[in-house]
Amino acid sequence: MYNTFLIKYGEIGIKGDNRHLFEDALAKRIRTVLAHIGGEFTVRKTRGRIYVSCAGDWNYEETVTQLGHVFGVVGICPVMIYERRDPEQLKRDMLDYVSKEHPGCRSTFKVKARRVDKTFPLTSMETAAALGEVILQNFPEMKVDVHEPELLFDVEIREEVYIYSKIIPGPGGMPIGTAGRAMLLLSGGIDSPVAGWMTAKRGVTLDAVYFHAPPYTSERAKQKVVDLAAQLAKYTGPIRLHVVNFTDIQLHIYDECPHEELTIIMRRYMMRIAEHFAREEGDLGLITGESIGQVASQTMQSLYVTDAAASMPVYRPLIGFDKNDIVEISRKIGTYETSILPYEDCCTIFVARHPVTKPILPVIERSEAKLKDSIEGLLKTAIETAELLIAK
Amino acid sequence: MKEIYFDNASTTVVSPAAAELVRKVMEEDYGNPSSMHQKGVEAEKYVKEARSRIAKTLRAKEGEIFFTSGGSESDNWALIGGAMANRRAGTKILTSAIEHPAVSEPLKFLAGEGFQVRAVPVDRHGRLDLDALRAELTEDTALLSFMYVNNEVGAVLPIREIGKMKNELAPRALFHVDAIQAYGKYRICPGELGIDFLSVSGHKIHGPKGSGFLYKSEKARILPLIYGGGQQNGLRSGTENVPGIAGLGLACEEAYTDFEEKIGRIRRLKSLLVEGVGSLPEAAVHGMPDEEGAPHIVNAAFMGVGAEVLLHSLEERGIYISAGSACSTHKRAGSPTLGAMGVPRAEMESSVRFSFSELNSEEEVRETLACLAELLPRLRRYRRK
Repeated sequence: MYNTFLIKYGEIGIKGDNRHLFEDALAKRIRTVLAHIGGEFTVRKTRGRIYVSCAGDWNYEETVTQLGHVFGVVGICPVMIYERRDPEQLKRDMLDYVSKEHPGCRSTFKVKARRVDKTFPLTSMETAAALGEVILQNFPEMKVDVHEPELLFDVEIREEVYIYSKIIPGPGGMPIGTAGRAMLLLSGGIDSPVAGWMTAKRGVTLDAVYFHAPPYTSERAKQKVVDLAAQLAKYTGPIRLHVVNFTDIQLHIYDECPHEELTIIMRRYMMRIAEHFAREEGDLGLITGESIGQVASQTMQSLYVTDAAASMPVYRPLIGFDKNDIVEISRKIGTYETSILPYEDCCTIFVARHPVTKPILPVIERSEAKLKDSIEGLLKTAIETAELLIAK
Repeated sequence: MKEIYFDNASTTVVSPAAAELVRKVMEEDYGNPSSMHQKGVEAEKYVKEARSRIAKTLRAKEGEIFFTSGGSESDNWALIGGAMANRRAGTKILTSAIEHPAVSEPLKFLAGEGFQVRAVPVDRHGRLDLDALRAELTEDTALLSFMYVNNEVGAVLPIREIGKMKNELAPRALFHVDAIQAYGKYRICPGELGIDFLSVSGHKIHGPKGSGFLYKSEKARILPLIYGGGQQNGLRSGTENVPGIAGLGLACEEAYTDFEEKIGRIRRLKSLLVEGVGSLPEAAVHGMPDEEGAPHIVNAAFMGVGAEVLLHSLEERGIYISAGSACSTHKRAGSPTLGAMGVPRAEMESSVRFSFSELNSEEEVRETLACLAELLPRLRRYRRK
């Protein structure tokens, strides 16, 4: 059986002088995720490849799942390792591999051989030809197709012989921790966890902030957000989640501002508070799950007004996505089932029946001026009383 | 913060004596009642003792008590097992429009299996329309299922009259009573009331969760839902949940100890709360007035305040109640009981339930009323526009 995985990592392989930094981050992340499951794992970096050797009480499915959570991994190849001797032995090993891994196979195939250790008597081309021939002889149902083979056998001759033919796709992207940090505005919905995931996939470490409004939102709604953060943390490592009590600010806005502007003004204050915590964490930007036109607060005009409240970059990775595209990713990354639990603020009190869809910045700013003196104190209290949870 | 627990119709705290007994059985007398050795005999004693304690509270025979995993199983078993066993009598099933889902859902299943299920309506106070029942009660009725006390508003159904009417008009039908909210609040003698099946849950009466029983009159036929090792006369297989059963038996006995005094006390709490709510502006109490309704349940609407918001506001002050209908932004399921009673939508969304046990005090009710008086005007200031 397998006891080794070859990790393909494509994109980070081309990062010039920084390459080793990316590779180190990737290897480190792989070690971290594997530390959570049973078994002993050795992660080796050699000549532009990462190998994971498994020993002890390890489980194939569990290991592949964990590796699939590592950004930067493009493919996970279960490798069969054979002792390296002469070409005759190699042919026998090749047949052993095909009969075990693809029993009763009738596919087209191609053998790709790489002689890394040049002391082996056959060249790469000669090896591929010899192995192709022996497969054809022994598996008459199989046919060679060098252009679009259904099966590609990779054979590498190193100190040992590595044979693999399966590539389980990984998430791709860049290893976590190679691109700085950012603050995710996390709600209980479908979009924001996906936005966080997509940004983290480019190597960004995530912090998060959640606004709750007890008694208008419940403890369960908060737990739901903690669970979502924990699901994201499987990919990103532990997430520092700031939970901010937004009730008094919301009520104050309700008391002083036009009802149809509640949502937009509320969102502007959320941006300001998020930015406070972002600076505290050393983050380089904010991340939201907004997508153009999805709801009233996500029209171009609304985004313009919301954006003006922030003084650091706001990243909106879902900006051009349709809802069903977002749902598809959320299913894939395992946040969907939690996102659709019905504990979202049961209270529509703070959502106007007819909210502004084309807010104008100076108008909104004039409304905000009515909050004047007391808002600063409320913001301060909200920040001071925020709770910090570590989701993992 | 002191805790005021007014959600006893959802579940109750386990009584200290029952909890201790559960622990003892789990840690010391852990045998399987079916085992032939001493450990098994010891365990069997607990089951027998519980059965005898429970039978006494109902003035029933010990052989008429079957232990289950709780109220839902008892309801499902009585309905499905009873309807299947009594198919020859007919295919009609009569029930009320305000049953708990543990009854209405299995009835939906039976409707899919070819039974005709008719729900008898109730009026604005939850009173059953007996004339409608009489009209539906034909000889081809296989089964009747009526709850004793409604879980949402505490309405009490006329079980004795239903039983009489059944004996008169459809003597071959089986009569199931969901007594999950009534057991421990009323003295129930199923033999006298013409009841064939009676469902009871342990955790509503200070017993452990996952415990309950079905009373089955020795005259009534039922098919098992759970087949296996043939325990409990082959009607309910599975190794008995001995700790749960022991705890349940004790809790049942305790429920009927000092019974009149305890119920009198609970009823006073209810009157106090109903009176207090009545003096608050824009508030309404649902269900039957005064002594007519169950002693422990008050369902009230505070107009203009979302039920869940009020629930969480009280929760912040350590007061635990329950919201009549679960609401979410997109879908409002609404309460089946309030709906059947004809309570308007807006009122339904503002309805909450307070439910008492004998562990509550008048002081707690007064404190809750004071909290309500203070909270409601503030909560009403914020409405959707």
